[in-house]
This record gives sequence, structure tokens and C-alpha cells, in this order.
Amino acid sequence: MESLSSLMAMPWLDYSISGLVIGSIYALMAVGLALIFGVANLINFAHGAVFTVGAYIGWTCLVGIGLPLGVTIVVVAAVSGAAGALIEWLAIRPLNRQSRIAPLLATIGVALVLDQIIHIVFSPTPRALSANIPDWRLQIGNGTIGAIDITIALTAILSAAALYAFLFRTKLGMAVRATAQDDDAAKQMGVNINAVNMTVFGIAGALGGIAGLLVGLYYNSIDPNASFQMMLKGMVAIVIGGMANVPGAIGGGLILGLIESWGIGLFGASYRNLFAFVVLLVMLLFRPNGIFSRGKERPAEPMTGTFVTQTKAVTLPKPLIWVLIGIAVILPMANMPYITQVMTNAYLYGLAALALTLVSGTVGLVSIGHAALVAIGAYASALLTTKGLPVSLGIVIGGAAAALLGTALAYPAFRLRGHYVAIGTLALGEIVSLVILNWEGVTNGALGVFAIPPLEIFGFPLYGTKASYWFVLALMLLMAGLQVRLLKSHLGRTWKAIREDTVAAETYGVASNYYKGLAFGFAGFTAGIAGAVTAHQWSFINYDSFNLLFSVLILTMAILGGLGNVSGAILGAILVAALPEMFRTLAEYRMLFYGAALIILIRFRPQGLLGSG
Amino acid sequence: MKPLLQLENVNSFYGPVQVHFDLSLTVPENAIVCLLGGNASGKSTTMKTILGLQVPKSGKVTMEGRDITGLPTPEIVRAGIATVPEARRLFGDMTVRENLLMGAYARSDKPGIDEDYEKVLGLFPRLKQRLGQKAGTMSGGEQQMVAMARALMARPRLICMDEPTMGLSPLFVDRVLELIATVRQTGVSVFMVEQNASMALSIADYGYVLQTGRIVLEGPAGDLLADPRIRSAYLGDTAA
Repeated sequence: MESLSSLMAMPWLDYSISGLVIGSIYALMAVGLALIFGVANLINFAHGAVFTVGAYIGWTCLVGIGLPLGVTIVVVAAVSGAAGALIEWLAIRPLNRQSRIAPLLATIGVALVLDQIIHIVFSPTPRALSANIPDWRLQIGNGTIGAIDITIALTAILSAAALYAFLFRTKLGMAVRATAQDDDAAKQMGVNINAVNMTVFGIAGALGGIAGLLVGLYYNSIDPNASFQMMLKGMVAIVIGGMANVPGAIGGGLILGLIESWGIGLFGASYRNLFAFVVLLVMLLFRPNGIFSRGKERPAEPMTGTFVTQTKAVTLPKPLIWVLIGIAVILPMANMPYITQVMTNAYLYGLAALALTLVSGTVGLVSIGHAALVAIGAYASALLTTKGLPVSLGIVIGGAAAALLGTALAYPAFRLRGHYVAIGTLALGEIVSLVILNWEGVTNGALGVFAIPPLEIFGFPLYGTKASYWFVLALMLLMAGLQVRLLKSHLGRTWKAIREDTVAAETYGVASNYYKGLAFGFAGFTAGIAGAVTAHQWSFINYDSFNLLFSVLILTMAILGGLGNVSGAILGAILVAALPEMFRTLAEYRMLFYGAALIILIRFRPQGLLGSG
Repeated sequence: MKPLLQLENVNSFYGPVQVHFDLSLTVPENAIVCLLGGNASGKSTTMKTILGLQVPKSGKVTMEGRDITGLPTPEIVRAGIATVPEARRLFGDMTVRENLLMGAYARSDKPGIDEDYEKVLGLFPRLKQRLGQKAGTMSGGEQQMVAMARALMARPRLICMDEPTMGLSPLFVDRVLELIATVRQTGVSVFMVEQNASMALSIADYGYVLQTGRIVLEGPAGDLLADPRIRSAYLGDTAA
């Protein structure tokens, strides 16, 4: 009873007020994402970067130049709106005729590029932002509401009202709504779809930028690393509200704000992001149309088979492969320890990319949470071997753990398709990382795992650079060989059939979930081994070693080589991991390099260097 | 009669597959012309070609003598061609009024739009009581009315209709035919793609028969109706 009364005594009204204030900012983010999803059928991963652009433009106006808040809001809206429109024009529009995954990946590239540019221009450390908003607080019942809360809520409400007026009182707004419902029909009424898309990206950018400014005002500081987190909050909000449903997005944002605020009150602030992703997964699994729609059916997404660009794969001639393997084997003889080390890392990435290319390319489940599988393998082996288990056994157990846990975690996502798989796997990746961070008793929390023993074979430690190089190379070639054999078998054909048309495959008696499970199992094993070996190579890992960026990096590698293509995955890993290392000057701008590479690749060679298999 | 829309020697492809072989046809001013054909004959591609949704490899589409081949769809709409798309494709979550206004999207003459709005409602009085209703909640027949009214709102010279009777009850098919005749009386030409040959020919002035991308037969509608080849192919007359 005592616990209940202490629960009752918590300042629920204060939690609710701050939840609604933060929620109104999430709503601003979500509205833009919903509009874009409506007209362009695209989840805009660059939306968070526009948010950060808004925050920094706001800082420049308020702190740098000393403009009043009202003017600042207008400037922020104008600049970030222009940024949004430019993203549509430069990165999205050229991909009109490509597969559905192409623009989604392009927005990830744009996000990386914009974030890095902000890091370069403004430095990667957060800075203070104050707007001289009066400090008074108003007492309401047993809670208080401050001038800042009112400022934020008012700005958000006015922005929403302006959007409503645009959508329902202007001709262009009507065209936006018509395009969201049926773009072909809108075109036949004389609507210029490109102009509509650009308008919508502009509006979304303006609202996202204002959200960036408001978050800065709320916390009195702006963080250049907040982009992805904020984009994800907006995405969770639109999943709650029903993807393209604009009023639903506002409701979703407010609900998410409340859930977070209450959850933090109950469990503490380190769980903040966990709530969002758990809500996301629950929504995807049980109410994929959002809580405001009656139907439980997930919306038809006719993208099976067309989601990923298919082309004829380039088959490397066998002699060439043997020559390349030969070169790889004798590479350490050149006695360039640095290059040997870089290539060892590249092969580890290669292992992870092999796993991803199987799941995303061969089976067609585009995963943005691949780091989770790698992290599970790494932590399993690291934790067991630091407690005395032999390393070689730890690596195998790491692979098995990733296979089992990964499949079990991904299993609920098997019924999702297209965009929803990408969102679901992304949430899974974040959840695994957050569980690692918060489960201190087992994972050591934020401190990570230290003094992980080095690689060894049957009790003989591999201390030398060369020895570990050969070990990793052998492992990668073994797994690649195995994967090639699998792809040529009955199993490989079944996987491809599921990718091309899941429904058709099922009508021929293919139990698609079983085969998706096999794919995740095999891929999980490969990725888990990659993680385990990486842990022993680095001797230190923590919750952030395998983050969202890591997932995006592996996906870039797989796409670069050609989704589904085994030799392509390895080639992609070597190019992406090794190139910036070889040119040290590039290392500082690594994210810029990755992002630009992703954008250019998708624009000019979406099927990857070697074609998708 | 002066030609309004003309297709001249159009050859269209989907990838390596040729859909149209030297397709030529003419829609004169103030006339109803129908294009008949079974599945996969290239009917829908003809529609797409006229609307600029599909660009032919060779050949020409002209409207009132002006070459409109390969123009973006909004330009073609401005050139005076409106559509009633296959399965109507209304904006289901928008009101009837908004659907009608979308039809006039390419225009900017406010007084003219208001005038046509009244005129169209006069033509379809039933829609008057439904202006605030969401188009997606109406019956199939009412939706067909909205689709035709929406096309008229563009103040077109020509309306292209893709299977206007598809999915309608037999009772309403007759009603749609009347509506098409009414549309023509306002001075607008109708180009209609249909599978239902007898129905289409009963109101058309002229007909073309398309078979695997080639025009195999053409003539005044009355002649075609009497033609034994048409009867055997489309009207189920096995005796011929």
C-alpha cells in the first residue's frame, strides 16, 4: 500500500505537462514525416538532419546575431524549409524510376552528409542556447507551467494551424492531399507531382527546423548528434498515428511525449529511448495502421520484389577469384603491418556484410538493425571468455547466440514487408543497444567490457597482426563459401522466391516464416561470429560499439557490392572500410565520404558494383 | 468534321515488348469515338500514350494540330484533354466538391471555373445534395457521375474514358451511356476505350478495333455493329 501511495504522490501533473510540451515538438517532427510518407511513399531519414539544421540556424540567429525569437522562428522555418526542398530536388527526384528502397537509402546518405557538415561547421560538441524567455512559472493545481512551456506549445499549435490552413484552404494544399491519395489520378488532373513533392519536403523541413529550435530552447542547449534520435521519435509518432495520417501524427507525437515523460518518472531517464522503441514494435506488430484507424490489416505495400533493384549479377570468373584469394593470402608477407590490420578490419566488416546481404538481398528483408546481431555475438563471447571460457568456444557460442536471439527477436517482424521491415529492424537494433546499456548486472552497462582475451586457436593465442589477419581471412572465406553453396541449393531458390513474391511462394506451399527464420539464423551466426572476433580483436567493447551508424555502414557495403551478391559484399566491405583508412586525410570526413558514396551509388548504380544476385 | 485528336503511326514498347504497331486513329470534333479490344490488345496503353503517361518510341500525337507527343501530363491537360480514368480513381477521402475543383486544377480563370461548377451541377443535379460527402463513400454509379463531372470541370475539348461502364450494375450502364451522350451535346468529344462492344457502339459515331496492338477494323459505329466479324468476336454471335 505504501508503494501505491508513493506512486500517487509523484508529480503526475508536472510529468504530463512536460510530456505534452515535448510531445508537441515530436508532433511537429511527425507531421513532416507523415506528409512526405503520404505524397512520396517514403520514410525520410534525413528529417532528423533538417531538425539539427534548424537548431543551428536558430543558434546563429539568437546567440550569434542576437535576433529576437519571433524573427528567429521565421528565419529557421525559411532556411530549413529550403533545405528540405533541396533534398527533394537533388537527392529524391532523380530516383523517381528506381526501386522503392532507393530513395529511402538516399535519405540516409543525405542525413550522414548534413550531420557531418554541421559537425565541421559548428564542431561536434553541444552548445548552449538561451533566448531570454522569462523564468516565471504558473502554479496549476499541484503542478507548474512555465513561460517556456507556453512558448513551445504556442509555436507548435500555430505551426499546425498554418499547416491546416495550407492543406484545406489553398489550391496547392488540395493538390497535396489529392496526390497523397492517388498520385496518378492527381497527375491526370494536371497536378505537377514534382512541385507537390518539393512543396511537401519544404513544409516538412520548415516544421522540422522549428522543432529543432524548440528542443534547443527547452533544454537550453543544442546537440549536433541528436538527428537520428529525433527522426526516430517522429517516426514512432507516425507509426502510432498511422503513417500518412497528418492529424494522427500530431496525436502520435503527443502520446509518445506523455509515455516518455511518465515512463521516465517511473523508471528513470536512462530508459527514455527504450519506451519509444518498445511502443514502435508493439504498434508495428499489433496495430500497423496506427491507433486511429479501425482496420488491423497492414496497408497493402505492393513492393515485394520491386523494393530492391534487381539486375543480372556479374559473375567473377573462377580463376580471377582464386588469384584474388591468393593475393589476399600473401598480403601480410609485404610486411606492412598497418595495411594488414586495416584489411583484417575490412574482412570483419565483410563477414557482417555477408550476413546482411543474405537477409536483405537474397530474402529481401532490408534491415537497418544489423548491428544488433553483431553486438549479441560480441557480448556473448566477450562476457563468457572474460569469465574463463576458451576463446574459440566463445566465438562459436557468440555466433550461436546471435543466430538464436536474432531469429527470435526478428521473428515477429517476419510478417512485415518493405518499409515496415526497415523500421522494425531499426527499432530492434536500438532496443538491443539500449538493453545492453541498461542491463548493468550482466553487460557492465555504459562502462563496457574490458580486457577481452585475444584470438586463439586451440589454446594458442594469435598475438601477431599476421596471424589474426589469416585467421579472419580464413573465417570470412569459409562463411562466404558456405553461403555460395547455400544459394545454389534448393534453399537459395526458395529464399529468392520469397523475395520476389511472398504470397505467390506461399501458395506453392513454401512456409515463408520458416525459411526467413533459416536465413536469419544463418546470417545471425555469421554476424555473431563477426562480432565475437571483433571483440577479441579490439579487447574492449561497449553498448555504442555497434550502433545505428554501424548498421548503416554495413548496409552501405552490401549495397555497394550489390544486394544479395556474396563477392559483392566482400568487395563492398573492403572498399568502404579500407578506402578512408588508406587515405588518412579522408578519415576525418569519414561520414561525409560514406554518405556521399551512398547517394552517388544509389543515383548512378543502384544495383551495386557487381549487381544484385 | 475537323480532326481534334490524332495518333499517327504510333509504336509503343514496354521494355523489349512492342505494344502498338503503327497505330493511327482520329477523334473528330464533337464526336464519340470508341476503341474496342480484348485484354492485352493495347487499349490502356493507347490511353496512357494520349495522356503522356507513356511515351511512344516513334509516331506522333496531335491535339488540334499541335504536337503533344511526350509532353508532361499537366501540359496535355492544359491542351484540352481530360480523363475519366479506369475504375474512376476519385480522391476518396476528399469531398465531392473538392473532387470537382481538382478537375479544374490546371485552370486559373476563377469566374470560368465558378460558371462551369454551376453548369456541371446542373448537368448532374444529384451531386448537388452530395457536395460535402466524401467521394469514397458513394455508390459506384454516383462515383461515375463525379468522375465525369470532374473531367468536365477542366473545360476540355476532349474527354478520354477508360472503360466507363466497368463494375457498374446493368441498370446504371444505360444511365452512363445517357451521360456520355449529354457530354457530347455540350460540344465535347469523347474518346472511349471499351471491352463492351455493343454498348460502346450503340452511342459512338465511329469505332476502331484493336487486336494485339494493331487496328484490324474501323468504320462508322452502325457499320461495325452490323459487321459479322465484330459480331463473332465481341457480341458472342457464334452463328456468323
